[in-house]
Amino acid sequence: MIEYALNFGFICVALGLLMNLWRLAKGPTIADRVLAVDTMAINAIALLVLYGISRATSMYFEAALLFAMFGFVSTVAYCKFVLRGDIIE
Amino acid sequence: MPFIAELVISVLIVIGGIFLLIGSYGMIKLRELLPRLHAPTKSTTVGVGAILIASMLFFWIERGHFTIHELLITLFLFLTAPITANLIAKAYLLRNVDPAKDLPPSGQGEGWATFDPVGPDGYDPSEEYNPEKD
Repeated sequence: MIEYALNFGFICVALGLLMNLWRLAKGPTIADRVLAVDTMAINAIALLVLYGISRATSMYFEAALLFAMFGFVSTVAYCKFVLRGDIIE
Repeated sequence: MPFIAELVISVLIVIGGIFLLIGSYGMIKLRELLPRLHAPTKSTTVGVGAILIASMLFFWIERGHFTIHELLITLFLFLTAPITANLIAKAYLLRNVDPAKDLPPSGQGEGWATFDPVGPDGYDPSEEYNPEKD
């Protein structure tokens, strides 16, 4: 039964990533694109955790943790760049 | 693996998938950025949270020992989501929102603000305060 649930989860996350990609391509403002990339990082975390469950290995947990940390850092860096014109002042 | 554990893990994965899909659908459904900011919070909290709890239960039953290191990701996302939303909103407000555009006309020569950079007859108040003049 877990296999069906995992397939459902993969389909949901893939559709979500496609919607985020559409927003990333279309987004009228810079902030829309940053928000789309941030949501894509969240969906990628979920995709990695689901793949770790389906392979029954916890090797992908570290990758998911790194995605969480670097997604946040990249979003903050881009927003600081838009706000201040510089990242590290 | 017992049936009840499989059932709980499957239900958590399905809930997480549905919430991730809802959060991403909000990205294309809502009309502009400030409403759109609250769509990914669903996928951050409930979506990824449910999938991480499912992963925690799965490895607990699969390996036999209980670890909570999946909660690190949840904790990190809970801590960072408000900061991210605040910074994106600040960047949007700086670039795209003109606060004077939505105001009604004030009915006089100058606008609503008490400080106008250039007054009615070409008067520039920045000339009045100049610390380097003395």
